[in-house]
Amino acid sequence: MTPPETTTPTGTAAPAGPGAPVFPTAAALALGDDALVLSHRLGEWAGHAPVLEEEVALANIALDLLGQARVLLSMAGDEDELAYLREERAFRNLQLVEQPNGDFAHTIARQLYFSTYQLLLHAELAAGDGPFAPLAAKAVKEIAYHRDHAEQWTVRLGDGTDVSHERMQRACTALWRFTGEMFQPVEGLGLDEKTLTAMESAWLDSVTGVLGRAGLTVPDGPRGGAWAAGAGRQGVHTEPFGRMLAEMQHLHRSHPGASW
Amino acid sequence: MVTPTALEAELLAVAGSVPDPELPVLTLRELGVVRAVHLRGADSAEVELTPTYTGCPAIEAMSMDIERALRAHGLREVQVRTVLAPAWSTDDISDEGRRKLREFGIAPPRHGARAQEGNVPVALSLGPTRTLDGEPAGAQAPVCCPHCGSDRTELLSRFSSTACKALRRCLDCREPFDHFKEL
Repeated sequence: MTPPETTTPTGTAAPAGPGAPVFPTAAALALGDDALVLSHRLGEWAGHAPVLEEEVALANIALDLLGQARVLLSMAGDEDELAYLREERAFRNLQLVEQPNGDFAHTIARQLYFSTYQLLLHAELAAGDGPFAPLAAKAVKEIAYHRDHAEQWTVRLGDGTDVSHERMQRACTALWRFTGEMFQPVEGLGLDEKTLTAMESAWLDSVTGVLGRAGLTVPDGPRGGAWAAGAGRQGVHTEPFGRMLAEMQHLHRSHPGASW
Repeated sequence: MVTPTALEAELLAVAGSVPDPELPVLTLRELGVVRAVHLRGADSAEVELTPTYTGCPAIEAMSMDIERALRAHGLREVQVRTVLAPAWSTDDISDEGRRKLREFGIAPPRHGARAQEGNVPVALSLGPTRTLDGEPAGAQAPVCCPHCGSDRTELLSRFSSTACKALRRCLDCREPFDHFKEL
């Protein structure tokens, strides 16, 4: 076990040796942190999900995200050090993914918003020939199942009982202000402004379609500007994130170098 | 593309004969996850292994099993490298592998998963509580029950005992079963 090094989440990783690939660290961290943090949040459902099938489904989705996070964080440095030894301000994930699970409807709204974005993003990356293309081509197939799961539940809850409809609507509205951040440019991702704008409009079309089929109203609150949230990519996080990290990191920090 | 030597082909067969740690009825070759073996000197080799899912936890057990099999075959040094591209697809599972899955009680994935790519996400119709036709990959051949062969089966959950399987139930013999999802 080597002592933790300070990781600067900008620029590119220093090559490990001659001929070693150089990855855009900032972009790898942004995408890797999204996957890691959401994976942890979904893992918190273990033992608490409404039915056994959902417990298994959310854990499976969390596992897919953890696999993606491991590949992405390994592009930026040592995956364990990055996951367990960084302070809150060094994480580059979207504020959306760090939001607490809330009720099941909140988790599903978060899944719908994020998986729709992630599917569009990885389809874009897979179509290119950049450093993220191999992972994206693989991840896009996994994410299609995540999005499908979120869509099914959004429609079922929105078009369900009065109570489920009301909860689903409340969740969609509460998380709306976190969705503008997804389409901010990320250094090293290789997506220009035109592509991001097209992705955002595809995201809006897709989410609007699902909410429509679910009998839900598209929230009308701001997604950008002063009243919207979203500075996770700059390392500014919401209050619940610190507590989540404390729980996620405490074992590793309490027992440095421990192994099975 | 470098043509593998006779020895590399032999070592690939040895690596491919290792059983899958989660589905021991299948070999890694039948699952389609061992891509190549490259000799690196007289008694040293590098193996290219691709994961089914990015987060598949079985990949480490597979690596160790391959290493053990090749060492037993006389190699001194074995390095297993995980490769992501081209992405693994259920189309890579051989016909023999599909037959064994069915015999083991798991409905094999339907053919043509790669051809379905680009069709997602699709709008889905939804039944009252559970779906007969809510498939993410669109209209396809039905998933048949591995026990009685009936094509009347329903989806219980999109995610089952592992990320690569969905849980279904047969409407005729009423047995629940795992379905290896198309990927």
